Amino acid sequence: MEVIINGKRVETKEGEKILTVAERNGFYIPVLCFHSDLCAMASCRICVVAVNGKFVPSCSTEVRNGMEITTNSPALEKARKINLELLFSQHQEECDDCIWNLNCKMLDLAKEYGVEINRFWDRKSHYPVYHFGASLEYDSSKCIDCRNCIEICKKQGVEFLEIKGRGHLFEVVPSEKENRDCIYCGQCINHCPAGAFEAVGEFEGIEKPFAEKEKKVIFQVAPAVRSTIGEEFGLPYGSVSTGKLVSSLRELGVDKVFDVPVGADFTTIEESKELLERIEKNNLPMFTSCCPAWVKFVEFYYPEFIPNLTSVRSPHIILGGLIKEHFAKKEGFIKEELMVVSLMPCVAKKHEIEREELMIDGVRPVDYVMTTREVGRLLKKSGVDFGNIKEGEMDNPFGESSGSGVAYGTSGGVMQSAFYNISEKEAEFREVEEGVSVAEVEVKRKKIRLAVVHGLGNAKKVLEQLKKDPEKYHYIEVMACSGGCIGGGGQSVPTDEKIRKERKGGLCKATGEKKIRKAKDNQEVIAVYDDFLSSEEAISKICHTRYYKVGKSFVRKSEQKEKNGD
Amino acid sequence: MVDIILKLKEKQLLGRSGSMFPVGEKWEVVRSIPSEKKYVVCNASEGEIDTFKDYYLLKNYPEVVIDGILIAMDTLGAQKGYIYLNKDYYQEFFPALKSVAGERIEIVEKKGGYIGGEETAVIEAIEGNPPEPRIKPPFPSEKGLWGCSTLVNNVETFYFVSKIKKDDYRESRFYSIGGDAPNRGVFEFPESITIKDLLEKTDNSPSFDYFLQVGGGACGEVMLENEINRKIDGLGSVIIYDREKTDINLLMKKWVDFLLVGNCDKCTPCREGLYRIMEMIEKGNYDEIEDMFYVMEETSLCPLGKVAVTPFKTLLKKIWK
Ligand code: SF4
Ligand code: SF4
Ligand code: SF4
Ligand code: SF4
Ligand code: FES
Repeated sequence: MEVIINGKRVETKEGEKILTVAERNGFYIPVLCFHSDLCAMASCRICVVAVNGKFVPSCSTEVRNGMEITTNSPALEKARKINLELLFSQHQEECDDCIWNLNCKMLDLAKEYGVEINRFWDRKSHYPVYHFGASLEYDSSKCIDCRNCIEICKKQGVEFLEIKGRGHLFEVVPSEKENRDCIYCGQCINHCPAGAFEAVGEFEGIEKPFAEKEKKVIFQVAPAVRSTIGEEFGLPYGSVSTGKLVSSLRELGVDKVFDVPVGADFTTIEESKELLERIEKNNLPMFTSCCPAWVKFVEFYYPEFIPNLTSVRSPHIILGGLIKEHFAKKEGFIKEELMVVSLMPCVAKKHEIEREELMIDGVRPVDYVMTTREVGRLLKKSGVDFGNIKEGEMDNPFGESSGSGVAYGTSGGVMQSAFYNISEKEAEFREVEEGVSVAEVEVKRKKIRLAVVHGLGNAKKVLEQLKKDPEKYHYIEVMACSGGCIGGGGQSVPTDEKIRKERKGGLCKATGEKKIRKAKDNQEVIAVYDDFLSSEEAISKICHTRYYKVGKSFVRKSEQKEKNGD
Repeated sequence: MVDIILKLKEKQLLGRSGSMFPVGEKWEVVRSIPSEKKYVVCNASEGEIDTFKDYYLLKNYPEVVIDGILIAMDTLGAQKGYIYLNKDYYQEFFPALKSVAGERIEIVEKKGGYIGGEETAVIEAIEGNPPEPRIKPPFPSEKGLWGCSTLVNNVETFYFVSKIKKDDYRESRFYSIGGDAPNRGVFEFPESITIKDLLEKTDNSPSFDYFLQVGGGACGEVMLENEINRKIDGLGSVIIYDREKTDINLLMKKWVDFLLVGNCDKCTPCREGLYRIMEMIEKGNYDEIEDMFYVMEETSLCPLGKVAVTPFKTLLKKIWK
């Protein structure tokens, strides 16, 4: 099968979209609402091309044999320009504070087509801002009604975002239904082309951790950040910039930089202990719990599965606890004088640190969570020359992590770490359905079925399967975001399948570079157990937690400050 | 048995929803496509302002319409048929239709506004989803209800299918005449009749200064007295406006309000274009309206956005000074 694009014959396959074929053959077509993670809804109409003189959206139109396609002409340009002007008329710009600030598709297109951004007044300038817990904000005055957020939230199995009538028009709103709640995965953030969603604190809060001058600021860096943060500075996808990041943070005045993978080694040791216990007591399946969005999903939507979540705390919470309870004492600091900041790929972590039951004697293990994007912004604002900075080394009071600690950043990492910690054999995983990989292994002469799941919608399917057949899987890792934390809601934008792959590649490299592979072989971690985590009580205080059924959380709505006097 | 599809083709029956799509061709596609199941849908969502020919047929000839649906089901091998009725028609006709429809035909109440009548929106609604248009292709005849090949035809189309089967078809169609017409109603006349003759023969030639809207009270085209020597394409609906009594701005406001509520807000040109047209009407300034027409006609997702331009465009061109 073939089509003709701008006069050139090109090969295509049945069912392909015009956009795919054009891009593969080096023809440029502008797109705005299209995101490769989602089925094209073709709402923006920017990607129109002419087929036999008729305009069709290239992102959603399938090729037919012999089709003659024109990707550019004065008529197409005119249509794109006017549609862009209409899109800007429902989008209140707030560029300085926007996650797309430096790579905004809307602004790029505006430039390309000579768009008058203010041709029409912003009809949404008085639309409200919604606040979802400690994690997200949705500024509906920026929304261009593409519905990508609704689709991705549906794909996550959550369906918290909806369309609601508003006079003549519809608007995208958080659901008022009692049985719907946001679980803070943040996927709506990186699927919104208009920057209407952002994390709490983005970017007005980026200097907060440094506000209390008397405090020592300690940063701990999540695995998935190291292969992404470079994107903020134009480095190629998948670049691993651990060393640059460490020196950059130091330049900001951070006192210590710790590595979350060290915390992950503790999680692994505790989690594999619990797994063995549960296998013996036949108290399965067990679920991982290091993804707070997944935890909230279970707590809110599937409370019957709460007992299946491992009681082990997530790596940065354990490391935060160790910093405040152990490291502080060793170094002669007062824990109240420390400001522990987690640098995370994730917005759900902002919610996680607020959980009361994680407090240790009334003190939170982690004081603040910053996303990859936030730290990127802060470094740029502070004029740090990330590209050329010399590579620094982490402060490692509890030693360097194992490779498996770094692997936590991508789907499958937690499972493999815990499992390798108790087994000499490798488990061979194969993908059985979208986002679900399984393996069968033998532990203590029992057959154990492992499942690694990423994307909450896929996890929901697995939970439904477990309801019918509780024996289907015995140990299940779930990461809410597609690809795991490398595709997290706090990561740089854009994020898509190709980019996630590159980030994963980078992380695998970083994993391989570690001298120790397994957590249990990490002598320095073992030393902490001997030194500090020597009693059941200490272990449970630092490393374990509990979960409970939660009701719908309150969505605060705040009015837009009338900026334009409209 | 004489093949009904051949007869439909021979008689050149065109879809009576306004689409003018050859009925025989559509049936042929549904018949020839391999599909696990097949469905037939009778679209009785009649939503255009001041248009009521389907109402007339449902009220007076429900058994003929249902006969047409059953013919389609038998010809195409569909187990199940649906009648998709707008809210008012559902209220009024449900009992009568139910008694003739039998087990194989289910009667469904329309959801949503005007756009709920677009054929793919009808499919979405019957499936239980919000009534929003789908991206075409695939067309319903290829992939309709639950992914199966589905025939969607209008009430009047099914009426004439039954007539054609009985060799009782005289190339006629139904016209609804409304607005300031002296003799409002639904009338059956040949397809080839001119508007002028239609008005005369139905005692509807106005004695006052007038203009017409042909093809529906929202998306129909505005026509002047000197344009009535032609036949009607598209929807068989004529609305007469008394020029003196009609406030042009109010009329456009009525259209735009109807369309803004009736559309699905899915695509930029139709959603934002109509919104800005509303604003222009409020301000009485149409300097930039051509740009709205352009993107709506060229880039809207579904037919509504494209035809929604017609009334404004023709009214402004022919009447607005
Ligand atoms: S998306 Fe963000 S950067 Fe782009 S125009 Fe809107 S506010 Fe500005
Ligand atoms: S909030 Fe963003 S993703 Fe959601 S509909 Fe609006 S523009 Fe699209
Ligand atoms: S954060 Fe996740 S659950 Fe919450 S609204 Fe966004 S996509 Fe839905
Ligand atoms: S997968 Fe990772 S980034 Fe995504 S919500 Fe879970 S912990 Fe956060
Ligand atoms: S990118 Fe294709 S319609 Fe928006």
